[in-house]
Amino acid sequence: MRAHDVTQVAYVPDAGHAHLIDLSIDDPDVHSIALTTEEEGVALAAGAHLGDARAVLLMQSSGVGNCINFLSLMKNGQFPLLTLVSMRGEFGEGNPWQMAMGQAVRPVLEAMGVICLEVTEPEDVGPTVEAAATMVFNAGNAVAVLLTQRLIGAKAF
Amino acid sequence: MAVKDTSNTSSIFELDRQTAVPAVIGNHKDFLIVSGLAGTSKDMASLTDDAANLYTMAGAMGAATGMGLGLALAQPDKRVLVATGDGELLMNVGTLATIAVLNPPNLSIVCVDNGYYGETGYQKSHTSRGVDLEQMAIGAGMKMTSTVEREDQLEDGAKMLRESNGRSFVVLRVNPKEPPAYKRLMEPSACRVRFRSALLERP
Repeated sequence: MRAHDVTQVAYVPDAGHAHLIDLSIDDPDVHSIALTTEEEGVALAAGAHLGDARAVLLMQSSGVGNCINFLSLMKNGQFPLLTLVSMRGEFGEGNPWQMAMGQAVRPVLEAMGVICLEVTEPEDVGPTVEAAATMVFNAGNAVAVLLTQRLIGAKAF
Repeated sequence: MAVKDTSNTSSIFELDRQTAVPAVIGNHKDFLIVSGLAGTSKDMASLTDDAANLYTMAGAMGAATGMGLGLALAQPDKRVLVATGDGELLMNVGTLATIAVLNPPNLSIVCVDNGYYGETGYQKSHTSRGVDLEQMAIGAGMKMTSTVEREDQLEDGAKMLRESNGRSFVVLRVNPKEPPAYKRLMEPSACRVRFRSALLERP
């Protein structure tokens, strides 16, 4: 992230992203931005781009649903958007409340013009995030890296 | 236990937005401006003659405050003004809490509050029914707040928007009359390129 000059890290607190969130809090050159709802992070990324800064939005799959209408801003305005999504509601999910949104993440994001890159193997995380950042910040796309439950495991209930 | 009626029925919606908005903002060139949709975007386009220091929206209702925060953090040496309406702010009022926690010293918010959803045919908004956006902002942690609803308060409101060292929030109560009929640039990507080109001298 820092290699790509990302200086705004926005998130709704989430166990899957805890390490990255802690890094953002400890880095004096990064604004660590706790959101009340995920779509604020979409708007924030657009504003950051207007001011020539780079943002990343960290969220759980359920948060994708909160973002849908604000993704109009990114699609119509051709704003770059990088988001890392920790998935629930798919491989091995035991909580029925997570299923509907988890299953809808990819079709919803793709319907709004966001390219989805899925990661299932730990060694692919770094290269995939790197690829996504290049697609976002060099080519001006909206890209979501989906950190699947094959990668991060299913929460035990 | 007695139930206390806290509904604010004394709110005044008298100022004319076509004169009050320019009075409270002053020289628009002092700001980078993000405006939410509907009447407020027409106010701002008219005030600035749709200038390159303005990004207006006609959708993504509720996005203006978050966008202003990203811009303010990205451009700490410039003063950023978010212009929004009561309907838009109510849709994502939690962003005030996000802003208050970050406390960017260069971000001001003006909410042009006419108490109605003008764009969709003047249905009453919550602020016509006792909801007080300044109180919500105070609760969210905004330290500098004010409500401007009379002529003699315009000057103090203008001062707060441009001189506060920290996030400031001004509710500008106006009557529910039409905003200026201004035909602004409606293409969101062209508006982005225009804004960045003027600020950064490249797209």
